[in-house]
Amino acid sequence: MSNGVDLFDLSQKEREAQAAYRRHVLCCGSTACLSGGAQATQDAIEAEIKERGLEQDVRVVATGCMGLCSRGPLVKVRTRGEDDVLYADVDADAGRRIVDEHVADGQPVADGQLSLQHPFFARQERVVLENMGEIDPNRIEEYIARGGYRALRDAVTTMTPAGVIEVVQRSGLRGRGGGGYPAGTKWGLLAKAQSDHKTVIANGDEGDPGAYMDRTVMEDDPHRVLEGMALAAYATGAKHGYIYVRAEYPVAVRRLEQAIRQAKRHKLLGKGLFGTEFEFNVEIRIGAGAFVCGEETALMASIMGQRGTPVLRPPYPTERGLWGEPSMINNVETLANVPTILRRGAEWFASIGTDTSRGTKVFALAGKLENTGLIEVPMGITLREIVEEIGGGVAGGKAFKAAQTGGPSGGCIPIKHIDTSMDYDSLLALGSIMGSGGLIVMDEDVAMPEVARFFMRFCMDESCGKCLPCRAGTFEMYELLDAICEGRATAANLARLETLCDVVRTDSLCGLGQTAPNPVLSTLHYFRDEYEARVVPDTVAAAVAADAGGASAHERSA
Amino acid sequence: MPGVSLRIDDNEVDASPGESVMQAAVRVGVKVPGLCQMDGVSVVGACRLCMVEVAGTPRPRPACATPVAEAMDVHTDTEQLREHRKVLLEMLFAEGQHVCAVCVANGACELQTLAAQVGVDHANFTPPPSRLTMDLSHPRFGYDPSRCVLCTRCVRACAEVEGAFTWGVAGRGREAHLVADLGRPWGEAESCTSCGKCVSVCPTGAMFEKGTSVGQRRVKRALVSTLTSRRERESAREVLK
Ligand SMILES: Cc1cc2nc3c(=O)[nH]c(=O)nc-3n(C[C@H](O)[C@H](O)[C@H](O)COP(=O)(O)O)c2cc1C
Repeated sequence: MSNGVDLFDLSQKEREAQAAYRRHVLCCGSTACLSGGAQATQDAIEAEIKERGLEQDVRVVATGCMGLCSRGPLVKVRTRGEDDVLYADVDADAGRRIVDEHVADGQPVADGQLSLQHPFFARQERVVLENMGEIDPNRIEEYIARGGYRALRDAVTTMTPAGVIEVVQRSGLRGRGGGGYPAGTKWGLLAKAQSDHKTVIANGDEGDPGAYMDRTVMEDDPHRVLEGMALAAYATGAKHGYIYVRAEYPVAVRRLEQAIRQAKRHKLLGKGLFGTEFEFNVEIRIGAGAFVCGEETALMASIMGQRGTPVLRPPYPTERGLWGEPSMINNVETLANVPTILRRGAEWFASIGTDTSRGTKVFALAGKLENTGLIEVPMGITLREIVEEIGGGVAGGKAFKAAQTGGPSGGCIPIKHIDTSMDYDSLLALGSIMGSGGLIVMDEDVAMPEVARFFMRFCMDESCGKCLPCRAGTFEMYELLDAICEGRATAANLARLETLCDVVRTDSLCGLGQTAPNPVLSTLHYFRDEYEARVVPDTVAAAVAADAGGASAHERSA
Repeated sequence: MPGVSLRIDDNEVDASPGESVMQAAVRVGVKVPGLCQMDGVSVVGACRLCMVEVAGTPRPRPACATPVAEAMDVHTDTEQLREHRKVLLEMLFAEGQHVCAVCVANGACELQTLAAQVGVDHANFTPPPSRLTMDLSHPRFGYDPSRCVLCTRCVRACAEVEGAFTWGVAGRGREAHLVADLGRPWGEAESCTSCGKCVSVCPTGAMFEKGTSVGQRRVKRALVSTLTSRRERESAREVLK
């Protein structure tokens, strides 16, 4: 395989091979479903199909994530000329029944069916996740059959690097790693840098608690990440790429390694690609699972084998990055958008979303909802639509209280703002951030100071210790929040907490410390009464201290 | 190279490109507080005590790591900066065991001097005692992590000036501490040349010469910067030859 014609051949062959089957049983093999017993389900389905001698007619595929993780294991039956049928909560017995009745006899099983017209699916718009639940992530042929690597071939053979950047710029794509920096602008900076040793880095560190967008993309559509990186490399003049993945994502590491081997074998990575001078190689670097290593300068230090601590910027990585050479870091989801943008055009992409937030966003929808899982929605959708339609409303008939976005760097959105548009600017205006895609819904039973304490504990544990405000400040803020939650704090302690929020946010060296106070500030802003209700008045505290025969227990002299 | 002129606390300052705001400020008698910065070693900008306000930038910046620029307007002593410095110093006192009355560095401690300057006389917060223990395994020197402010001057002096790379930082957050040779007792660290530069640059009593008692630690603080400026002069002379 060395040129685009062969790529097209391969795609054609794969499609013909798939079309030879009358039915396909797509079993979700993603991590959430696997932990719910999806392997046993698939084994039972395969055994039953064999027993009935249907192997020639029916293909069983372990696909990537189908999205509705709370109802897994999920199984989809696809029949030529018919609508897909999706089954939820499929254990081994249910799997056998699906084979007996639906696959063999063409009678869909009534129990456990989920309508694909359900808003959970119908309200989504899939760009990054377009192959999820459709392809076997272990096979490059399936990615290619769905149009994969065509954007790369066309870019390398028919477009100039500047032309590629121009498309990305015009699409309005912004970084999905949290900061929202325009991708085209960043690519332009690396393209302008002079060096023979430029690198592009895919940031798959994903440290936000509860978030699994990037993991799923790397596990279930690894070639999309590689193609996005190769496009970035072609556009910027980089010859080398790294994917930084945390060690806690072993499946992602395995699938990416396999995908790199496959891509090399098909001459989609390596030297002289598509019969041109273009060369690009990718290596994986495994992180030890520190949140701060997702920060770009710490990430580069980690790749270079150093302690993963942030360093001052400027210089920015596009000036001085890995080994002192210009480097560019993009989030996995940012890069995963690119092949589709090039295939379908900047205008198509820019038509999704809002003026300043183009395209879609993948969220890990979690918390007290009827439906939770991985969703991809056009930006500009309201929080209410996500909660009530996609999420099916708050579980157990309870009332919605708030949603947290942006994890430990973000804030909460209370009920009065439930009609907010989900885009970078609206969320910022409410004191939260888009973040990388964590979205946790909380019901009336949740105490907001406890939410703030949870996130502060996370930041305290994950602070690298390099700069003083973050190292000492997150610790003291955690202690104060703990005292507030346990009813041991005074009004003076609450005031001290607010002072610390200001100092840590203003003076910390990197984004970890600069955003660590956000969950506190945001819950204080919207739910101050909950804090005040737990605080002991200072006069009472003073009396207790006097009884104990000393100054307040919180003080000592230096 | 043409110089730049800027304003620091309403003083007109002439500076050379590449100089930091902190260096330029000294020349007009403005001493911006700081702990991690030290002449002769690289800049890390980690203690955040030298934060200053630069007109037109949204948040304060570390003076040690901010290069001068033409027409820059810098303020080093606004009310907010003063308040923040005070809180930052309180944090430092709270996270360690800084008891001057029993410390070798009493009277010659940069942290003590800063506290007096900034007006910190007590800590608002009592942390649980440190789990880290003192390292007295080296025949001549000792390290007490509870007095360490993690400025990493010693790490940089050891790597950049002595070239021994003995010191490093291990652990994260509040557990961060210095380690010799990736975690050996100092006395068993084969890379250590016992040159004492680490001790000379320590701003507190965390690193000390054995046998000194309360208030007796008097180090040659300028040792490292003298060495590096001498080396620079020598290599300039080499070039001229
Ligand atoms: C503490 C901290 C953690 C971060 N973690 C991640 C992460 O896990 N993944 C990521 O893509 N970006 C993370 N970032 C943001 C990166 O520094 C960087 O902005 C991003 O990878 C750039 O990619 P983008 O422009 O495509 O968003 C983190 C930033 C900070 C301050």
